[in-house]
Amino acid sequence: MGSTSAQNSEGLGRRDVIKRSAAIGLITVPTMSFLASCASSDSGSDKKVEKGKATEKNPLGVNASAPLDFVLFDGGFGTEYATDAVKGYEKAFPDAKVKFTPTQKIQSELQPRFNGGTPPDLIDNSGAEQMDMGVLAGKKQLADLTPLMDAPSFDDPAKKVRDTLRPGVLEMGQLDGDPVWIMYYAYTVYGVWYSQTALDKLDAQYPEDWDAMLALCAKAKKKGIAGWTYAGKYPYYIPFSLYPFIGKIGGREVLDAIDNLEPNAWKHPAVKSAFEAYFELYKKGYILQGTPGLDHIQSQTAWTEGKALFIPNGSWVENEAAKTTPKDFQMKVAAPSSLDSSDKLPFGALWASGGEPFIVPANAKNPDGGMEQLRIMLSEESSKNFTSKVKSLSSFNGGTDGLSLSTALQAGVDALAKAGANVLNPRLQDWYVELQKQKIGVGVLGELMAGRMTPAEAVKKCQEFADATAKDSSIKHYKHQ
Amino acid sequence: MQHGKYRFIVGFLVFPLALYALFVVWPFIQSIYYSFTDWTGLSPDFTMVGFDNYTRMLDDDTFWSSLQHSLTFALLLPVVVLGLALFFAFMLNVGGRGRKGAAISGVRGSSFYKIVYFFPQVLSIAIVALLFQFAYNPNSGAINSALSAVGLDSVKPEWLGDPKLALWCVMAVLVWSTTGFFVVLFSAGMASIPKDFYEAALLDGASRFTTFFRITLPLLWDTVQSGWVYMGILALGAESFAVVQIMTVGPGGPADSTNVLTLLVYQKAFRDGQAAYATTIGVALLLVTLAFAAVVMRLGRRERLEF
Repeated sequence: MGSTSAQNSEGLGRRDVIKRSAAIGLITVPTMSFLASCASSDSGSDKKVEKGKATEKNPLGVNASAPLDFVLFDGGFGTEYATDAVKGYEKAFPDAKVKFTPTQKIQSELQPRFNGGTPPDLIDNSGAEQMDMGVLAGKKQLADLTPLMDAPSFDDPAKKVRDTLRPGVLEMGQLDGDPVWIMYYAYTVYGVWYSQTALDKLDAQYPEDWDAMLALCAKAKKKGIAGWTYAGKYPYYIPFSLYPFIGKIGGREVLDAIDNLEPNAWKHPAVKSAFEAYFELYKKGYILQGTPGLDHIQSQTAWTEGKALFIPNGSWVENEAAKTTPKDFQMKVAAPSSLDSSDKLPFGALWASGGEPFIVPANAKNPDGGMEQLRIMLSEESSKNFTSKVKSLSSFNGGTDGLSLSTALQAGVDALAKAGANVLNPRLQDWYVELQKQKIGVGVLGELMAGRMTPAEAVKKCQEFADATAKDSSIKHYKHQ
Repeated sequence: MQHGKYRFIVGFLVFPLALYALFVVWPFIQSIYYSFTDWTGLSPDFTMVGFDNYTRMLDDDTFWSSLQHSLTFALLLPVVVLGLALFFAFMLNVGGRGRKGAAISGVRGSSFYKIVYFFPQVLSIAIVALLFQFAYNPNSGAINSALSAVGLDSVKPEWLGDPKLALWCVMAVLVWSTTGFFVVLFSAGMASIPKDFYEAALLDGASRFTTFFRITLPLLWDTVQSGWVYMGILALGAESFAVVQIMTVGPGGPADSTNVLTLLVYQKAFRDGQAAYATTIGVALLLVTLAFAAVVMRLGRRERLEF
């Protein structure tokens, strides 16, 4: 009975073998080996397809029979808008075969292809697995989109593509210098999101200054409604209303200095005032109980259920929260309230910028095809199709006439009109992902809003993190042009 | 049989060892090589940078806190999980009061418990993490709802949102999901211990406590040791990565309070485009793992009891 024992005179027993192999097996634990298998193959040895003849209909000189390889991030916007655009490409070039691949695993699927020198021709580099665009551009993996920008636009040959874009989109695509590496297709309005219906019930309008904001929160609290909630598990949602608030108080230069990682950028008084204003929301108990433990969906659900009035978010929230949003919710977005009359920018200044970054790899076989596909997507028809299908604005300036817009979309259009030239565009989140998300987002703002850090400490911490990033030579640094 | 024994063994092992060398050892050597480069992971060109990544790692606060959390996992989890599993397995197999003439039996309903304990093992770790994420929701999650149901309305911890609690919350999930497996493993081990040993002990008037420490544990030692190694692998490797990545704030937060080495490797390689630095952390993880294995093997060495 019992286990088979080793007969000691015979040396190596079964258990010894098992034990020793278990010991060897242990070193398989670190999960780094998967990384190693994919580098060190030669790059760019593949030939590009021959260029076609440039004509009025085909200004980029696309090879009409060359296949096009298009990889799309299949996220909140779905794939329909892109498949419709692909149909447009196939109509223009009936001989071309388009390989369209929607995926959520952008990085896992494309990283090996970049390393192998065989990337697709057009990529929607978005979502949780977004590839770092600074690294891609720095390593010369991206094609310059300037030919696309200078090409005549789809609808009006007299107008260049670059002149049909919304403010800031083109600049966002430049990392340093003139080349345009990225074409942001969606246009996102960030700000304070609320339900008009919920405000109506409190006989209130959106508070345009901070005293009114606090008064409204106090009124709501009496009725058992919290003033604010936010994605506590991903506190880097807070900047969607906080950064434009800072910019509004201290002017655009403050945000630019922060983006440029200038010494003492965070020590500007505007930053501290904004932090203090938000901290007051916590101190007065205007933040929904338990918010620091909620993820983005949970916080949005609490908000659509009417447990809180305001939430910092971006225009994708309409689509993302659609399932839990009541019919009479009247979702709207507004710019951050004024802190006081000494604010540098008037009420209305807000954050809007491009989303859904499209890139054309430098080693693509058919880069002209990729750019032509983008040109087709930037037509008025495609843009309208995008807006009506996914309830978001596109980077094409206009394209909303004749569409019946939801309250949220209409509020976005109105907010942009009110902002006018005061559209702010903080770049921290696409230039320094780790600094923005892990350090400042989770490490500081999350702690501040949960009451575990004072505004003064928060300012100090932000500055420390920014300085560390500025000093880190392994990170590529950018400056506002 | 002694003659040509090793040739015989080698003959069997050549093929698996070749596979092992190709798919495990070779990538390791490559990883170590890449840790001396500035490879981004996004393009095939890189240059050698010497020990830059290593000096950077030693200055990296996130690395040190991740290392600390990984070590906590590796040291604490096996103790808690194996301790619980041993206790449960003992109660299920030996701990009951004798009935129906059987001298040795488990507590009432032990066959039912055995199945229940195994349930978590059937669920994938990703599902478990998601389920607990809902349970930990401070606003409407199961745990806080239960707390207010028993009148503890004022106690509403933020669980994963609180840096002091988050690491323990994650650990609790790992304990919950792995204990069952070891209960079953140890039950099987206990079943092979001859009943007469227990009967003899009982005749001598030994308590359950004594029986456990004098009979069960020594005879089960080999199984416990394998369990220890296995649990260490879970705690340092994929399992801890999955729960931290899925459940925690950030992930890895709040304020780096739950980051572990595996998650840091992932973040550096796939979020920050610093694959070479990621492999450097991987090398550090390798050293930690080897040290863990060496310690376990040394501490666990005991004279084997034959029965």
